[in-house]
Amino acid sequence: MKKIPLNNIINGIPHAVAILDEQLRIQAMNSALENLSGYSASEAQGILIDYILRADVGAKELGAAFEDEKFFSHEGNTISAARKKVAVRISASPLKDRKEQIAGLLVFVEDITFLRELDEKVHHRSTPGGIVGHSRGMQEIFELLPVLAATDATVLITGETGTGKDLLAETIHRVSKRAQYPFIKVNCGAIPESLLESELFGHKRGAFTGAHNDKPGMFRLAQGGTIFLTEIGDLPLLLQVKLLTVLDDREFFPLGSTSKTNVDVRIITGTHRDLKQLVQDGGFREDLFYRLNVLRAHLPPLRERGDDIRLLLDHFLGEISAGAKKNIKGFTRKAYDILESYDFPGNIRELRNIVEFAVSMCREGWIDINHLPTNILLPKPPALTRQPDEMGKNRREASAGTPVSNDIPITGASWPEIEKQKILTALSKTNGNRTKAAKLLGCGRSTLWRKIKQHKIG
Amino acid sequence: MTKILLTLTNDMIAPRFDLATEVLIVARENKQISGNPKSMLLPGPSADELCGLILKEDISILVCGGIEEEHCQFLTWKRVTVLDRVIGKSEDVIRQVLDDTLHPGDIVKKSARTKGGSKQ
Repeated sequence: MKKIPLNNIINGIPHAVAILDEQLRIQAMNSALENLSGYSASEAQGILIDYILRADVGAKELGAAFEDEKFFSHEGNTISAARKKVAVRISASPLKDRKEQIAGLLVFVEDITFLRELDEKVHHRSTPGGIVGHSRGMQEIFELLPVLAATDATVLITGETGTGKDLLAETIHRVSKRAQYPFIKVNCGAIPESLLESELFGHKRGAFTGAHNDKPGMFRLAQGGTIFLTEIGDLPLLLQVKLLTVLDDREFFPLGSTSKTNVDVRIITGTHRDLKQLVQDGGFREDLFYRLNVLRAHLPPLRERGDDIRLLLDHFLGEISAGAKKNIKGFTRKAYDILESYDFPGNIRELRNIVEFAVSMCREGWIDINHLPTNILLPKPPALTRQPDEMGKNRREASAGTPVSNDIPITGASWPEIEKQKILTALSKTNGNRTKAAKLLGCGRSTLWRKIKQHKIG
Repeated sequence: MTKILLTLTNDMIAPRFDLATEVLIVARENKQISGNPKSMLLPGPSADELCGLILKEDISILVCGGIEEEHCQFLTWKRVTVLDRVIGKSEDVIRQVLDDTLHPGDIVKKSARTKGGSKQ
């Protein structure tokens, strides 16, 4: 085989390539690197790689690969000749001579802009773009986001159910320096109390009946990253003490273990409950509350986000109709009017479900009123919306969709008639027990008593 | 009098404007250095803060390595001449700036032909 000039070989490679000497100076480079840097190979010869590549890693990092005789890879960026910041993956491997002595370094520079964009599209969450909103409340959140991401301090995210606490927590993690490490979410309200300690802190084999193997626990799984403890208000008092210890000392004893486990984990917590009230009621430790409440972000309910409702409707319509492969153009004006006047007690979660329902019902074209769920078409209950402290507020805080509301057939009846029907159904279900009926309806006993009088029941 | 700012790493022009942490400010009068050059260490790399410093110091010519289009256009709009992608030792570069022979993309090294076509 004839000897082929080195430049011809490296010019055949579709990525930018440079060959460096022991002092990390350019010995040869291909045309792709010429295009990227704006310098010709002859001009660049003998110049330190830093000045030609203009990347956020340079001779110092590459020098380590040279000395350690190891393959080096780094994702970063460079400024191209066209003054554009280009996302690149820089890889370097040592070149050895015939005596197995390192004689130079082979550097590959791969443009990964497309991969980065694809990654963003897949995850939707690499930037605050995953959170949609133009309202003042959301703008405040967007302004707060870099502050929350820049520190390791504990963050408490509050907001009604369905306002996007999980998404905000994940976004904080993704834009923080811990982004490359795990993000672990634990719902403190969804795991039985007896299992929660083991889930969070892990256990040793034989710690309790059924513990056949060691379990690392969520804190250890989140090592280096972020743990998001949602529904923190539901954390049992016993575990609150242990969490406080972790926050203070960054170490804990797994169940059944005699040795401490050290963790480097950022803690973000979320709750829809009023923690301060819980502290006053004795359900939550005051010292833990202050420890968790270092930084606080409050997500506004959807009914306070004004034009965001339309924005979110369009956002989810695009997402869901594309997923369902349906050609849906949008909402009719009437549908918009109905949706914009709706209260969305379930917030964004409910809005998304409504859009999903409408997309399922609509074959193609425009989503109209007849494609919307019937429950949102009912007239606004004045007593509930005007007096949120009474039935409305309590109903919102009760679990989504009380059994009674599901039992009421949706007819063309007016709200007072429906309300009366609801009360009668609740009373009949509870054999006339007003306390239980009020609980079932999600309102206070006194409100129920007033409503019974108002509707002249019994 | 014209004020020139060079972004530096040690005694070389820094490869990147946004990562530079040291600047040298030189005043030029009749193709000569006027007064003492001022060297400044920045608290951290930041392209936006550097742009602010350039405007605050009333700089007319910026000599730097790679710079993003956005910052370059902003400075040009503010009537700052941007000579970017320059490689070389600060003293050699200053000499060429004083002579008005430095161009964007120049590699300033002794007895080497630069991109702008001038010779050292």
